[in-house]
Amino acid sequence: MRLFGNARYRFIEARRKAYVFSAVVLVIALASMVANIVLIGSWQNYGVDFTGGSLVQVRFDEAMDAAELRSALGGAQAPPITSIGNEGNEFVIRAPLAEDREVEAVALEIRGQIQGAFPNSDIEVVRTELVGPKIGAELQQKAALAILFSFALTLIYLAIRFEFRFGVAAVIATVHDSLITLGFLALFRVEIALPTVAAILTIIGYSLNDTIVVFDRVRENLNAKGGRRDDPVALVNRSINETLPRTVLTSGTTLGVLMALLIFGGAVIRDFTTVLILGVLVGTYSSIFVASPALLEIQRRWGTKDLVEAQRGGPRGPVSGTPPSRRPGKRKKRGRKGRRVAGARA
Amino acid sequence: MLKSLRGRIIFIAVILGICGYYIYANGLKLGLDLQGGMHLVVEIDDPDGTLTDEARADAIDRAETVLRTRIDELGVEEPLIQKVGSDRIIVELAGISDENQAKDVIRRAAFLEFKLVRSWVDFAPDLPRIDRVIVATLGADSLSSLGRDVQAPTSSIEELLFGATSEEGDSPAAEEGGAEAGEDAAVDAEAEQVAQDDAAEAEEDDSAVLSPFTALLNQGSEDGVYLVAEEDVEAAELFLSIPEVQRAMPRDISLQWGMEPVGLTGRIYRQLYVLNEDAFITGQMLENAVSARDQQFNTPQVQFELSRRGGRRFAEVTGQNVGEFLAIVLDGEVVSAPVIRDRIGARGQIELGGSTLQEASDLALVLRAGALPAPLRIMEERTVGPSLGQDSVDQGRIAGMIGLVLVVLIMCTYYRVAGVLSVFALGVYVVLVLGGLAMFGATLTVPGIAGLILSVGMAVDANVLIFERIREELDAGRAVRTAVEDGFGNALSAIVDANLTTLITALILFQFGTGPVRGFAVTLSIGILASFFTALYVTRSFFFIYLSRKRATDPISI
Repeated sequence: MRLFGNARYRFIEARRKAYVFSAVVLVIALASMVANIVLIGSWQNYGVDFTGGSLVQVRFDEAMDAAELRSALGGAQAPPITSIGNEGNEFVIRAPLAEDREVEAVALEIRGQIQGAFPNSDIEVVRTELVGPKIGAELQQKAALAILFSFALTLIYLAIRFEFRFGVAAVIATVHDSLITLGFLALFRVEIALPTVAAILTIIGYSLNDTIVVFDRVRENLNAKGGRRDDPVALVNRSINETLPRTVLTSGTTLGVLMALLIFGGAVIRDFTTVLILGVLVGTYSSIFVASPALLEIQRRWGTKDLVEAQRGGPRGPVSGTPPSRRPGKRKKRGRKGRRVAGARA
Repeated sequence: MLKSLRGRIIFIAVILGICGYYIYANGLKLGLDLQGGMHLVVEIDDPDGTLTDEARADAIDRAETVLRTRIDELGVEEPLIQKVGSDRIIVELAGISDENQAKDVIRRAAFLEFKLVRSWVDFAPDLPRIDRVIVATLGADSLSSLGRDVQAPTSSIEELLFGATSEEGDSPAAEEGGAEAGEDAAVDAEAEQVAQDDAAEAEEDDSAVLSPFTALLNQGSEDGVYLVAEEDVEAAELFLSIPEVQRAMPRDISLQWGMEPVGLTGRIYRQLYVLNEDAFITGQMLENAVSARDQQFNTPQVQFELSRRGGRRFAEVTGQNVGEFLAIVLDGEVVSAPVIRDRIGARGQIELGGSTLQEASDLALVLRAGALPAPLRIMEERTVGPSLGQDSVDQGRIAGMIGLVLVVLIMCTYYRVAGVLSVFALGVYVVLVLGGLAMFGATLTVPGIAGLILSVGMAVDANVLIFERIREELDAGRAVRTAVEDGFGNALSAIVDANLTTLITALILFQFGTGPVRGFAVTLSIGILASFFTALYVTRSFFFIYLSRKRATDPISI
C-alpha cells in the first residue's frame, strides 16, 4: 500500500493562502486571550494548580442533578461545578482562593455541605487538591520559563545541526503552533492544569519533530550534487512531497492513538488529550505551510542571493552566517528524474 | 561480534532479559494518581520572615528527619519524603486510609514544655499597663467595632478617647454581665465566684471600661488560671497578638491558652494560664513516650520517660514546688496543669481527658519522633481516592491496548512483512520502556501513561522514516540489500535530530515540572531512548533476519 507515492503538490505556491489562514486563526487566538482578560480577568482559565485554591471531586452512588448540587452549595454563590464522566454522578467543584481563609477550610466546608445536603446518598470524595497561592504563582512562572527554555535550546541545537535560519524557521513554526494552541485553550476556556502545560510542551516537541523531518530532507537535497543550484522553491516543494507519505502516516498513527486515549482514556486526561490532538494537527500543518515557507522567506529577505553562496563561504548574510552543517551519514547520488516539481518562483 | 546476526539476536535477548528481570523484581511503581494517596508540600511557617536563610535551611533539614521518623511510625509503605530547594519538603504517602490523621501527624510541631503555673498576684499589676497599650494601639474605631467584646458601650470609648473619665462608674455591659452571672450563681459555687469577680472587677475600678483586656478575664477557682468566655476568645487573642502588647508583657511571664474549653454554669470558657516564661523541661529531654489507659478512670494518657539529665531537673523542680501547679504545654497550648503532689523522677504521664486512645497514641508518636524545629505549613495538598486511581489504571490500559492494536493494524496493512517486523520491534520497545521505568524506579502517573502511549506513536515514526527511505531506494532501482542499508543510513539523521529535540523538551519538563508532570517527562525520555535503540538496532536486526532467508534477487515485501 502506498499513499502520496509520487506527490507533486505545490505547497510553497499555496503559501499565501496559508498565511491568510494562519493569520485569521492567530487573530482569533489573540482575540480570545484579550476577551478573557476583559471577561474573566486572566488570559487563560488557570486552574487551581496555578491560581491556588481548592478542588474537590465527589462521586455519588447514583446520577445526580448538577443544579441540585449547586443549590446545596449555596445556589448563586456556589463555586463552579463541572460534571465529569458519562454517568452523571461525578462532579468537580473548584473553589477559588478565599481571602483570609485556609484552602483546607474551604475544601472541608464543601465536603460538609454536600454530606449535609444529601444524607441518604453514598458520597465518595475521590480527589482533593489544595494549592496555596505562593505555589500557584511559582508554577505560572515555571511553566513560562519551561516553554522559553525549550525554544532557546531547540534554536541552539538546530543552529548547530543545521543552519541558523533553519532554527529560526523551526522556532517560528513552533511559536505559531503554541500560540494557536493557547488560543484554542483561551477560546474554549479549557482549564489550565499542570498536565496541560505538559501537553503544550509535548506539542512543541511534536511540531519540531515534524518540522525537522522536512528540514532534514531539505538539507539533504541541498547538499546533494547540484542541489545548491536548484530553484529553492522547487527544492523545498520537492522535499515536502518526498516526506509527505511519512508525514501522513505518522500523524495518522499518532492521531489514532490519541483518539483511542480521548475516547477510552477517562475524564481525568480528556483535556490533556484534546490539546495533544489539536497540537498534532497544527504541528503537521505548520511544518508544511509555516516552517518551510518561513525558511524561504528568511533566505529571500535576509539571506544572500541564494543558498549556494551561503554554503560555499561566499558573501555571508547576517542570518545564514553560521558554520555549514555537517553532512550526516554517507550520501549517494540519486536519480530524481520525474520527481521534480515544476517550481516557478511564486 | 555484534555485527553478526547471531550476535545481534543474543544482544537483544540479553537486553530483553535484563528488562524482564527488572520488571519482575522491581515491579512498576504506580503514582499517587493511579493507586490513590496523598501528596503534600510543606514549608516552614514563617510569614514574618524572621528566620535567616541559614536558620531556615537548618530547620528544614531537621524537619525532614523528624517527618521521616514520624511517617515511618505511621506505617505507610514506601513513603517519599524529599527536600525541595532550601525551604520545602514534599511528602508522598501512597494508599493511606486516613488523610486527616496523616496531616495532623505531619503538621504537629509537637513542641513539649513543662512550665510552672504562676499566681494571679504576679501578673495583676501589669494588667493596667497592657490595657493602656491596647487602647493606644488599636484606637476607638477598632475597639468599638469589636462591640460587646470589650464590654464597653461606644459612649465610654469616646470618652476614653477624649480623655474624659467615666462618670457612670461601671459600664452597663459589665453590669448586665454581672447580673446575668449572678442569676446562675446559685447553681454553682465556682460560678458564683466567677460572677462576683466579674462584678467586683467592674465596680472596683473606673478603668474597667478603659480596660478592654482585663474586662475579658474572669478569675476561676484555680490560682493562675483566668477564664475567658468562648465568645471573647477571639478578641483576647487579637489583643495578645499585638506586638506592642507582647512587649508590654512582664518579662518572665507568658500567657497560654488551655487546649480544651471548659463549661461552667451553661457558659463555655477557655482557660488562660499565667505561666513562667521559661520551660524547665522541653521535649528534647524526652526519652520515650507511649500511650496507655489510666487504670483508675480508663481515660487515655501518654506515659513518658525523661533522659537522665531531664529526670534530675524534673525531680529538682518538682521537689521544690510541691503543692504548686505544673502546666504541660504542647505546641503552645496547655494540655493539663496537675498539682505537684510529690517529687517526681524521670517518669510521668500526661492525662488526656476527653480524647480517644488513637489521639493518645498519635501524640505519643509525635513526641517520640521529636519536635519540629519550627511549625510547618501545608502549601499544597493533593489526594486521590483509591477508586479513582483504579479507574485511571483501567481506562489507561484499555486506551493503550486499543491504541496499540490500531498501530499494529496500520503498520501491517501499509508495510506488509516489513510492518510485521516493525510490530515485533514495537513489542521489544514496550518491554524496554517498562523495563527502563522499573530500572530507574520511575513512577507511572496518569500523564505518564499518556506519555507512554504518545511515545508509541513516535516510536512508529522512526520505523516509518526508515521504511519510506527503503522504498525510495527500491524505486530508484537499487538492489534489495543496498536499498535496506541505505534506507537505514539515510533515515538516521532525521531520527537523531527529531528524537534529540524531543528529548530536550522532555528534559526541560523534568527540570521545571513537579509530581505528575515529572512522571510524564521521565516516561517520555525513556520512551525516546528506547525508540532510538529499537528503530536503529532492533528493526535493523529483524530486517537482517528477514533478508537472510531470501536470495539476494528476491523482492521484499514493504
